[in-house]
Amino acid sequence: MTKLPTWADVGLVPLISLTLAALVSAGVLLAIGQSPMQALTVMVNGALGSSYAWGYTLYYATSFIFTGLAVTVAFHAGLFNIGGEGQAQLGGLGVALVCLALPWPHWTIALVAAMFGAALFGAAWAAIPAYLQAKRGSHIVITTIMFNYIAAALLIYLLVNVLRPDGQMDPASANFPSGAHLPQFQEIPILQGLFQRFGADGLPRLNAEGLPMYQQVPANVTFFIAILACVLVWVMLWHTRLGYAIRAFGKSEKAAVYAGISPLRIIMIAMLISGALAGLMAINNVMGQAERLVQNSASGAGFIGIAVALMGRNHPLGIFLAAVLFGFLFQGGAALGLETDIPIELRTVVQGLVILFTGALDQMVRMLLGMFFAKKGAT
Amino acid sequence: MPSADLGGRQATAAPASPYAIELKGISKAFGSVQANKDINIAIPRGTIHGIIGENGAGKSTLMSILYGFYRADSGQILVNGAPVTIPDSQSAIRAGIGMVFQHFKLVQNFTVLENVILGAEDGPMLNSSLAKARKILGDLSREYELDVDPDALIEDLSVGHQQRVEILKALYRQAEILILDEPTGVLTPDEADHLFRILRGLRDQGKTIVLITHKLREIMETTDNVSVMRRGTMVATVKTAETSPESLAELMVGRKVLLEVVKNPAKVGDIILSVKDLAVNDEHGVTRLKGVSFDIRAGEILGIAGVAGNGQSELLEALGGIAAASGVVVLNGAELPLTGPRANGKARRDAGIAHVPEDRQSLGLIMDFTAWENVGFGYHDDPRYQKNAWLMDNDALRADTAAKMATYDVRPPIPALPAKSFSGGNQQKIVVAREMDRNPDLLLIGQPTRGVDIGAIEFIHKQIIALRDSGKAVLLVSVELDEIMSLSDRVLVMFDGQIMGERLPAQTNERELGMMMAGMGAK
Repeated sequence: MTKLPTWADVGLVPLISLTLAALVSAGVLLAIGQSPMQALTVMVNGALGSSYAWGYTLYYATSFIFTGLAVTVAFHAGLFNIGGEGQAQLGGLGVALVCLALPWPHWTIALVAAMFGAALFGAAWAAIPAYLQAKRGSHIVITTIMFNYIAAALLIYLLVNVLRPDGQMDPASANFPSGAHLPQFQEIPILQGLFQRFGADGLPRLNAEGLPMYQQVPANVTFFIAILACVLVWVMLWHTRLGYAIRAFGKSEKAAVYAGISPLRIIMIAMLISGALAGLMAINNVMGQAERLVQNSASGAGFIGIAVALMGRNHPLGIFLAAVLFGFLFQGGAALGLETDIPIELRTVVQGLVILFTGALDQMVRMLLGMFFAKKGAT
Repeated sequence: MPSADLGGRQATAAPASPYAIELKGISKAFGSVQANKDINIAIPRGTIHGIIGENGAGKSTLMSILYGFYRADSGQILVNGAPVTIPDSQSAIRAGIGMVFQHFKLVQNFTVLENVILGAEDGPMLNSSLAKARKILGDLSREYELDVDPDALIEDLSVGHQQRVEILKALYRQAEILILDEPTGVLTPDEADHLFRILRGLRDQGKTIVLITHKLREIMETTDNVSVMRRGTMVATVKTAETSPESLAELMVGRKVLLEVVKNPAKVGDIILSVKDLAVNDEHGVTRLKGVSFDIRAGEILGIAGVAGNGQSELLEALGGIAAASGVVVLNGAELPLTGPRANGKARRDAGIAHVPEDRQSLGLIMDFTAWENVGFGYHDDPRYQKNAWLMDNDALRADTAAKMATYDVRPPIPALPAKSFSGGNQQKIVVAREMDRNPDLLLIGQPTRGVDIGAIEFIHKQIIALRDSGKAVLLVSVELDEIMSLSDRVLVMFDGQIMGERLPAQTNERELGMMMAGMGAK
């Protein structure tokens, strides 16, 4: 097959795949008697049309960045970590235990401690499948899937029987202390102005104390940690000995052994990093948004991470862009459900089509483009 | 006496043309790569016709076109003077063309007879086919020295016998033209001689043989005519009797090449490596290396001769830290751990052993990595390639790669190119550059020139001798007896995981080594 120019490979292929997904989605909308243009307008407005909308889109994107990076680090070691969902739930447990342990004096201290807890619990949950793969040859795809179910069951047990405060009806932990509250975008001084509320008269709305009022968005400081994680993962993979060894092992285990790279060590380290990254997602949703641990806290972000990593071509920059795209789909889909009579399930259909075209079928686009470029090169 | 059956078919074909195969203006491109350019060749009936050329010269593409695997972009194929189209291998068989591949296409747990009729059964019931095949096979075996037990399972046969089954398959399908692709790569010299006797017998019965090989000696000994390919074109077709290995090599490469290895007598020093009772089991628990012992001294090349699969690979892997082993290995006076976490490739490199593995594409290189990443492969912990405690210095690695590419004549000299984009010879030069540039005390080198073109072979041989002359020890494993004989200072012959004996190249010959490689001959 002809090799595509880099710009076509990383730019054109996803663009064409997305266009195809959009076209098929439009076809589905037409088939159920809805207007694709109206749906697109609502989605774009609802997800990108205002700072408030962005506050949701980037919140989702933050979670997807972590789970996408988790899939990528394992993938570079030739391991398909499907267990991001379970590792993120365990990360949430780590966050909850840390946040509930102390009346934290300041969010910065709480954040560092909670990150440690999230990473540790996520990594620990990935360590068992990793060890079974490295020592026993149990396939990591199977074990990580099973560990998702075990994580869900474990979390329900702990929430119902251990973490639920006396007298509370729903299976959730107690609310975190106020010292563990992470600044959301409307609470960050430089961003604050974007979220100010205005009355119908165009004047700023004030609260009882005469201070300006702000829109509440779930996006929080974790977003910046996610960007930092992208940079660190990139440096780790392409500029450290460990990253070199991980990538070499992922390309060829036989050759890695020839070079003196220990398979056991690489499988363990890559999966620990992967699990830690998935666990860190809990900083965003559990600590930054819910401020308590609820059932099914990861709400599918672990699986979306697989699509994000696939679409982002396993590169941190690609993952960032793909995570924002999926954030858009999530938030835009929610807007569809609120503002139109298009059923909310359609959001899942659109996401499914995006995954299908960018993940599963992008080789098809690549092949067709390759034939096109080969023809162009030949004439 | 030729059988009436064969003679009769010969008569009914009654060809007007003296040529079994004619190719006219065959061209084939893959993308922007022109694999075959306007190939014209006429192969007279009843001759053995050699086709030689370096890797990537287009030999395999041409034969694939002839056997229906590829379709030519343009050009014409004539069989016995009549134009034919060959869209698939069935058509090739119908046209009387049979092919013996380098990698046999046999069902391992079927008998010889079952393999021969596979795909050529007369009907749904096998008994009549089998009976008929048994008779024909008997005739063919007697006629051409193609003896194989028709009821033996393929997996129980030696490689040489398996190859005979492939030939029988083609003859059973009434092939008049037999194409053999690198047929001697897996054979002992004795088996190869037997094969060539068979081929001559077939020729004398009027069959046409096309022999694709890169071994000049085989061309000179066996063929009537020889065609030389270079970079997709047919550069010459000559009568074998009127040419020489030197001029063929020059035609293949496009410049003069030195075929003889020139080296001074060895100046042997102290023992560098001492191996005692080294044994290796594979993952199924089968003992592949059955307790070998030898020493290598500074300044000498110890050659290991043997047919592939007789424990040489396991020997290299055990010494290179890839496979766990038992026994005692002492390097420069210090015993090396043979099992456990300290027995790994990196520890061996640190101890002064460099290893050019037999299979560069699956062991020695990461094909998707760039050349510069591959130059760091196995040495990525080297302080020279580190910026600080955390970060690797990729720029230093790139600069070092550019320097090595210049010294070892790697073409194209582009460090950022992925390994898979280089030709086989240049891939090997990258591995050789990486391993030899460390100035190791002991170099393990397996099949140094397998799939490497003649120009690069000359270069790699010179590098191996230069290392030996600088007082280092070299363990050379090769299935090419020519290479073993010309490079080694001493030769050990391996068979079935054991050392059959030691010889000095000057005091032995290929026949004797061949006997030992087949498990015969005393110590």
